[in-house]
Amino acid sequence: MTATHELPANVNQTSEGGQELTSADVVAASERLRELGAVLRLSENDAILAEREQVPDDETMIINMGPQHPSTHGVLRLMLELQGETVLRCKPIIGYLHTGMERTGEELTYLQGPTNVTRMDYAAPLFTELAFSLTVEKLLDIEVPERAIWIRMLMTEMNRISSHLLFMATNGMDLGAVSMMLYGWREREEALRFLQEVTGLRMNHNYIRPGGVAADLPDGWRDGVLRLLDMLPGRLAEYDTLLNQQPIFRERLQGVGAINADECLALGVTGPILRSTGYDWDLRRDMPYLAFDQVDFDVVVGSYGDCFDRYAIRLAEIHESMKIVRQCLEKMPKGDYRIQDKKVTPPPRARIDESMEALIHHFKIFTEGFKVPEGEAYVAIESPRGELGCYIVSDGSSNPYRMHVRAPSFVNLQTLPHLMHGSLVADAVAIISSVDPILGEVDR
Amino acid sequence: MTDIDAQSGEADTPAEIAPETLFDTLLTHSHGQLVLHPTRESYPGLLATLHAAGYHSVVDLCGVDYLTNDSRQLPAAIEPERFEVVVNLINHRERARLRLRVQVPEIDAVLPSAFILYPGTEAMERETFDMFGISFDGHPDLTRILMPEDWIGHPLRKDYDVGRIPVQFKGAPANR
Repeated sequence: MTATHELPANVNQTSEGGQELTSADVVAASERLRELGAVLRLSENDAILAEREQVPDDETMIINMGPQHPSTHGVLRLMLELQGETVLRCKPIIGYLHTGMERTGEELTYLQGPTNVTRMDYAAPLFTELAFSLTVEKLLDIEVPERAIWIRMLMTEMNRISSHLLFMATNGMDLGAVSMMLYGWREREEALRFLQEVTGLRMNHNYIRPGGVAADLPDGWRDGVLRLLDMLPGRLAEYDTLLNQQPIFRERLQGVGAINADECLALGVTGPILRSTGYDWDLRRDMPYLAFDQVDFDVVVGSYGDCFDRYAIRLAEIHESMKIVRQCLEKMPKGDYRIQDKKVTPPPRARIDESMEALIHHFKIFTEGFKVPEGEAYVAIESPRGELGCYIVSDGSSNPYRMHVRAPSFVNLQTLPHLMHGSLVADAVAIISSVDPILGEVDR
Repeated sequence: MTDIDAQSGEADTPAEIAPETLFDTLLTHSHGQLVLHPTRESYPGLLATLHAAGYHSVVDLCGVDYLTNDSRQLPAAIEPERFEVVVNLINHRERARLRLRVQVPEIDAVLPSAFILYPGTEAMERETFDMFGISFDGHPDLTRILMPEDWIGHPLRKDYDVGRIPVQFKGAPANR
């Protein structure tokens, strides 16, 4: 009784306790500062006054949205303080999908690592594999063959297309454009079919590995790519007719959830949300990795930083990714698809039948893994959701000593309280959708 | 003659090379990436300097527990401690990245929060607190973020046991 006296009644019913949104009259000044003042650069007093003047305490209500709410993209839970239908405060509560993947990564060898990290961002799994592999390669100080680089580019851009198509589908669904959901899934399925042809799996591919990729592109891969490239422009034009030219859809998005570039930078936000504010930043162009300096593409930026800009940027990025994929088709070099370094690459299957050394080597590399020299490195790439980084500390053994993934969704979620401030509950759904969080990556 | 020169050169150079610094902080290179080693005391000041120098975003902040790894390379002047907080900053205009590695002792595991300058570190510092038990002085809402609030222990510490649940197979007798 005494300990829980100041806390709201629901605190004891969940295990989140102090992580939840507390009511306005018991909240400390510093927490107000977190919600409002941090981005707007208010002082503690101003932050309190700004809220107090507008709203009498007895007119507000705290409601809970999620974690099972269908529009929260999985298990995101939001606590909203409402006055009527206006959102005054919002606090995202996460952790419902936490499975300790960073800890699991410490238990797995570098060769097994991609199977673990690929499950983080399940809508764009190849990107996490790529970030992990690039970091390990940096620690090993090896260069992968030219063909592996271009295969990685082709595959990740295909994955970006499928991820953005998924966004188109869920964004449409959240806003009530249910037919858009069906179209989005349909086209994504085509993109996933290509990924399946190459990697064997629709999702969680474990295809990009330290040292190259798991397998060469199969015969007829060009037809698969061309089929997709021929099909998509017509379908994207359909989206344009269906959504961009539909007044209801525009009304629901335009001017909703606006943010500016300074606020984005302060919050560490990257990706389409940062670009929607007009800030011209894309790691593929500005800090090129793989061979992105050898392909020609545009970085699409918005101007208002609202939900519509974020939607339009993703639609335009599908077109840009198709451009890159087309150039990958033309420029795909011949050669090895993984590095011919006996340290990190298992011997080819045919050699195992005839050579005992190859068999031993094969056995060693899959049971013990390969050792990575001591050191630490951070490598970042541009995932569909923003900067995806991987930080690995190696102690010279065959497991990472520490494996940390900088997940873009995790950081981008911090914009929610800011974007939702003063908007309507119905807009909250549009805002969550436009941030496009993937909860597997948020919680890891 | 050449021998003497070479010998004297060898003898001189290690003593003459002053430790490399950047922003008045010890600098090392790790695979071509710049790493700064501020102390706990100079960390807030360094962040302010970096913010003014154009490093407007903290892209990543995480902890590392060096309990069972004594092989790390640190500048001689830096006293190794059990925990390390690693901060990655980016300067968009110069397209440059910097990494800070701050040593945090096991006893009194507290670090000043970067929240006032970089509000984006709010969730990252909470995660580091949750996973390592490192507190951030001045953080507005230092609660657990990924684990439930009543969880005991900090899962990414090296002395925290990895839980294993025995796999149950169909038809096999249950072992509890």
